[in-house]
Amino acid sequence: MVNIVQYMSNMAIPAIIVTIIAIGLKEKEKVFDRFLDGAKEGIEIVFKMFPTLLGIFLAIGALRTSGLIEAIVDLITPITNILKIPSSILPLALLRPISGSASMAVAVDIMQNYGVDTLTGFITSTIMGSTETTFYTIAIYTSAVGIKKTRWILLGALAADIAGMVASTIICRILS
Amino acid sequence: MLNILWPIFIILSFIYAVFSGKIDSLNTGIFNSLAEAVELSITFLGTICLWNGIMEIAKNTSLINKLNNLLKPLINFLFPELKNKEKAKQEISMNMIANILGLGNAATPLGIKAMKTMQKENKNKDVLTNSMMMFIVINTASIQLIPSNVIAIRTSLNSQNPSLIIIPVWIATIIAASVGILVTKILIKKVK
Repeated sequence: MVNIVQYMSNMAIPAIIVTIIAIGLKEKEKVFDRFLDGAKEGIEIVFKMFPTLLGIFLAIGALRTSGLIEAIVDLITPITNILKIPSSILPLALLRPISGSASMAVAVDIMQNYGVDTLTGFITSTIMGSTETTFYTIAIYTSAVGIKKTRWILLGALAADIAGMVASTIICRILS
Repeated sequence: MLNILWPIFIILSFIYAVFSGKIDSLNTGIFNSLAEAVELSITFLGTICLWNGIMEIAKNTSLINKLNNLLKPLINFLFPELKNKEKAKQEISMNMIANILGLGNAATPLGIKAMKTMQKENKNKDVLTNSMMMFIVINTASIQLIPSNVIAIRTSLNSQNPSLIIIPVWIATIIAASVGILVTKILIKKVK
């Protein structure tokens, strides 16, 4: 079971790259030129993201090195023990819906401290991959059309987030 | 949001460090986090440029049309109220495809377009319609073929197998999206 998942996970990226290039060739696209166009845009994305990332890393680094995160985690461990979620992941769960860059910094922090290939690191990665910055997404789309009454959309969106987090924890526990 | 959280994090950390005698650790921590941000960005540069390049190829092929056809039944199921609104459905479909391919930068403008088209039909301009709610919930579910950001982070942290998480992420995403859709569908029916 674990081996199949590992094989398919390893297969996914090369297979997708080859398929897309093959389709491009078949339709007589200049694939390398296209690739360069896209990659250039990638540089811009990273450069635009860097200041935010730096600022957030600073704040999260301060929280951790001052010992404050540990203190908070100790405080909420009894609750997370009941839910079988590793308590070290809780700061991530709390920040994930609020800020993309902040939760990314927290995720890096967790994986550095607990090991990227441990169960904790594995769950952290899966949560990051399967959930979104819910509040930000809702804010962008509602403000774009000037809507103020969002009814109970938060309920639906947060239900998805929580389901994603619980599912990530369960799947990773089964696989490791 | 971050204009409030950011200073609170830093000020609280400083106060806590002073009282728990960890000010030296905080001091080195500041400079370590700067180095970490630079390291992560460099790893990101590689991964993001790769995927943006590959997806730029995909964008210019018939793959987009094929995905569009594939999504049609799903979109009809999710947005029953947009039955004869082909323009809105087309824009929603493009937004979903951009999300699936991991083109976040393209997905948001396409999504805003779809929202504007749906807003034109909206009778009460202050309130979200059912279709809009479903659309936003799907956008918060992070449906993505390759979680490239996470793989980049794992690579930068020297993981033995950075892409091992792909299948677990797919399963978790599908569960998250299904729960989101289900809850939204139920709430649309029950709450007026």
